[in-house]
Amino acid sequence: MIPVEYYIILSAILFAIGVAGVLVRRNALIIFMSIELMLNSANLAIVAFSSVLKSFSGQVFVFFVIAVAAAEVAVGLALMVEIFKAKHSIDVDQMNSLKG
Amino acid sequence: MTPNLILFLILALVAVATALGMLFSKNAVYSALFLVLNFVTVAVFYLLLGAPFIAMAQITVYAGAIMVLFLFVIMLLGAERLPDTHVLPWQKPLATVLTVILALESTYLLWTKARPSGAVLPPGAEVNTVDNLRAMAMTLFNDYLLPFEVTSVLLLVAMVGVIVLVRREKGQKS
Repeated sequence: MIPVEYYIILSAILFAIGVAGVLVRRNALIIFMSIELMLNSANLAIVAFSSVLKSFSGQVFVFFVIAVAAAEVAVGLALMVEIFKAKHSIDVDQMNSLKG
Repeated sequence: MTPNLILFLILALVAVATALGMLFSKNAVYSALFLVLNFVTVAVFYLLLGAPFIAMAQITVYAGAIMVLFLFVIMLLGAERLPDTHVLPWQKPLATVLTVILALESTYLLWTKARPSGAVLPPGAEVNTVDNLRAMAMTLFNDYLLPFEVTSVLLLVAMVGVIVLVRREKGQKS
């Protein structure tokens, strides 16, 4: 059967791709998507461990993480709409002042 | 090579390829669509791991609601493409090198030090969806009732926060 290490390594690779997205891309929406990718890879690791340990707590935590991610996306996208209204761009290099 | 391992490797390839597609797409809409495919692949991984409820929640919440919200905002702002700017010319190569180091290091450490080791879902184990749902509901509503209620308050706060953020002030023209 599939050893749990394979899942954890896949999760590490996906997390690294998410980190690369945050560091390399300049579009704020794509940076946001990369953060979602990182949350997702962490979820994958939690579910893999919960499957090995035969415990449902891990799955419950993933459920909470999904709920928190939904709230985070709603607030983050509202912020982006506001930033776009002020700056007419969502390039993160343009966001260099505290007051729009 | 058991069938499950082959299935895992193909799915892992799809997951990594779609994540890289998200990373390298010039157009933000393509990025979002690649990410939807990635989320669906991860949902299939959850099924392989014996977590059908989480798999379905993943598809409805992530691939459904969250990504639709993303696509909606991308199209609302018309921000599919950004002109290339080079504020810090050394930033991209440095970020790439550091990320590769992070990936190699974490892979090596997890390969050598991951605990607990063991196979997920030993051969012959079947996951009964109804049993899984029942056991998860028992855990959720017995051991984690307070966090569950706090999550509902969090969602309410997020909803109110979004309305306050995007509301137009009185007399403000835009």
